[in-house]
Amino acid sequence: MSEAAIRPARVALVGNPNTGKTALFNALTGARQKVANYAGVTVERKEGFLTTPGGRSLSILDLPGTYSLRARSPDEAVTRDAVLGRLAGEVEPDVVVAVADATNLRLVLRLILELKAVGRPMVLALNMYDIAQRQGLRIDLEGLQRELGCPIVTTVATRKRGIQELTAKVDELIASGALSTANVWHEPSAAEIRGAHREAQRILKAYVRPPEHPDTFTGKVDAVLLHPVAGLAILLTLLFVMFQAVFAWAAPLMDGIDAGFAWLGAMVGQVLPNGLIKDFIADGVIAGVGSVLVFLPQILILFFFIILLEDFGYMARAAFLMDKIMGGAGLHGRAFIPLLSSFACAIPGIMAARVIDQKRDRMTTILVAPLMTCSARIPVYTLIISAFIPNRIVGPGLNLQGLVMFGLYAAGIISALAVSFVIRKVFWRGAVEPFLMELPTYKLPSFENVFRNLLLRAQIFLNRAGRIILPLMVAVWVLSTFPGPPPGATEPAIDYSFAGMIGQAIQPIFAPIGFNWQMVVALIPGFAAREVAVAALGTVYAVGDAEANVGALGARLAQHWSLATGLSFLAWYVFAPQCAATLGVVKRETNSWAWTGVMFAYMTTLAYLASLVVYHSAVALGGG
Amino acid sequence: MHELLADQAVAVEAGLTRLSHVRPGDRGVIVDVRADHATGHGVDVHELERRLLEFGFVEGAAFEIIHQGLFGADPIAVRLDDMRVALRRRDAEDVWVRLDAK
Repeated sequence: MSEAAIRPARVALVGNPNTGKTALFNALTGARQKVANYAGVTVERKEGFLTTPGGRSLSILDLPGTYSLRARSPDEAVTRDAVLGRLAGEVEPDVVVAVADATNLRLVLRLILELKAVGRPMVLALNMYDIAQRQGLRIDLEGLQRELGCPIVTTVATRKRGIQELTAKVDELIASGALSTANVWHEPSAAEIRGAHREAQRILKAYVRPPEHPDTFTGKVDAVLLHPVAGLAILLTLLFVMFQAVFAWAAPLMDGIDAGFAWLGAMVGQVLPNGLIKDFIADGVIAGVGSVLVFLPQILILFFFIILLEDFGYMARAAFLMDKIMGGAGLHGRAFIPLLSSFACAIPGIMAARVIDQKRDRMTTILVAPLMTCSARIPVYTLIISAFIPNRIVGPGLNLQGLVMFGLYAAGIISALAVSFVIRKVFWRGAVEPFLMELPTYKLPSFENVFRNLLLRAQIFLNRAGRIILPLMVAVWVLSTFPGPPPGATEPAIDYSFAGMIGQAIQPIFAPIGFNWQMVVALIPGFAAREVAVAALGTVYAVGDAEANVGALGARLAQHWSLATGLSFLAWYVFAPQCAATLGVVKRETNSWAWTGVMFAYMTTLAYLASLVVYHSAVALGGG
Repeated sequence: MHELLADQAVAVEAGLTRLSHVRPGDRGVIVDVRADHATGHGVDVHELERRLLEFGFVEGAAFEIIHQGLFGADPIAVRLDDMRVALRRRDAEDVWVRLDAK
């Protein structure tokens, strides 16, 4: 059997960003896709499969968009290395499909000239050909084909037009045994880039007649959306709607998932005999899976908006509008959406940081995202505020409790900006990457593409974040369950567990910030998710169903804690990395335990220092 | 350094302006893309020059400034032939342009 019959022929899709490359990938492969990471880097490897009309199986690789093989970001390095066959564990492609936006050929022609130097057999897919025709853009396909020395197929990926022709062409190229020519590609110098531009200009002039009705829609929309004042107002409105949606629309779904898993846990509880196995399945595994799944609605809603805005072409505009404001704190314009999303939950926020292509900018964003006050902190804040802050009117429309809540949110935002400023000044001094970004033409998003991308996000989150989060949840359960209480125990079971022992052992470390051992014990299960700390405090103070009975627990806390301790606990929660799921996602997104460790260390340090200052200030002012 | 200043003087005399100094509505042609400003870009000047070239900031390209940000009039959005590119003024300093007469 020949080698070709055993393995599918490899086809790589290469093109500029915003050329509809992913739409073409979806049109080619449909549901037959799989996503993984390239070895050692956090770049997604998207591969799909199809069978040509001629019966040949193809494996299609969707490579990150780039303007040149001279890579500037980790994503672009993957494209370069994949095309050159330098990628660990990958073989060079049998055929390269260059994907071009037919209405915007100038830059892609230069990329095509580079690809020709690589010497792999190539097909050029002129995508969005319908728009080019509508604009009255005339392309001499025959001439261009001769000039470039590669077959050209016109496609409309969003309507699945030209797909058959494209696969037939690829098939033909492989069947004809088209051979690679020698690879003469090298990183072009400035002079060579200029030369390539001249060459592209000559080709354009010879074979492409400018459009009779050039696109004026984008210009008109930009006049509003990029207006210095109106544009910002629209952006803020849009973000407000998005934030509301992530917060409010997800709530019933999240409650539903919570209820579903509670019901499942109860069902298992009835079926299985009492004992460790039942506890493990009901409280460890089912509750653990539930606590991962509960984030899914927020993630899907957030990504629905992000994908829609990205496909429409708005994301680059949002970055344009926010760049100066974010830049003051050393952040990239594109960091705005991830940080805003983190008010709902840091997990979708950190995942959304993918839209930032420069590694340092992305790392900074990921590191500060958990400082934004996420919704899981609200139950903790509400409990402590209701217990220790008098419900008093301190001014017109100003309630002291509300004011403290606002202060906690503000503390989060200010510290995030301060931390990113420090990261920029201390670690990556002066290293502000150039900000160069294409503002693509606006296009109507295709429902199928949005849906497929959304499905992909869900799959990625469940597959890989789940693989890290779930074991952490189970570990927290083990710590708070074993060893069980001795016969005739009078205290809550958790006091006798490893969590209890650890809590009491490390309590001296927390004594300077005013924490008693019950609080330290509650911090350990609270690590599973911030709001779990409320239930855990309920357990250690033996208040049944603490989440539904905040008043009773609050009263109990007010008896046992001083005001200084309560405030110190609040300060702790502004900063502490009290969330295993967030750390799991940071590990997954940065592909590095070191960065995860850096985040854990800096947040814990900040939390400790903040609590220390708050506790001692409060004691000095008579709140001890 | 003297050479640089002399160069600039020649450029100004020849009616050239830095792309970092233009206003919305300005149109013209890119005349010279250089690698002069040595610091503050996070990448070396030759890398910045190549990135600018790759985005189409190349000698002979026609441009129009279409938008600018609210704060510090930064960044700017440039229509370059048939595409639009956004960049910060600080990264546009080494692009010398000749503005059309209004």
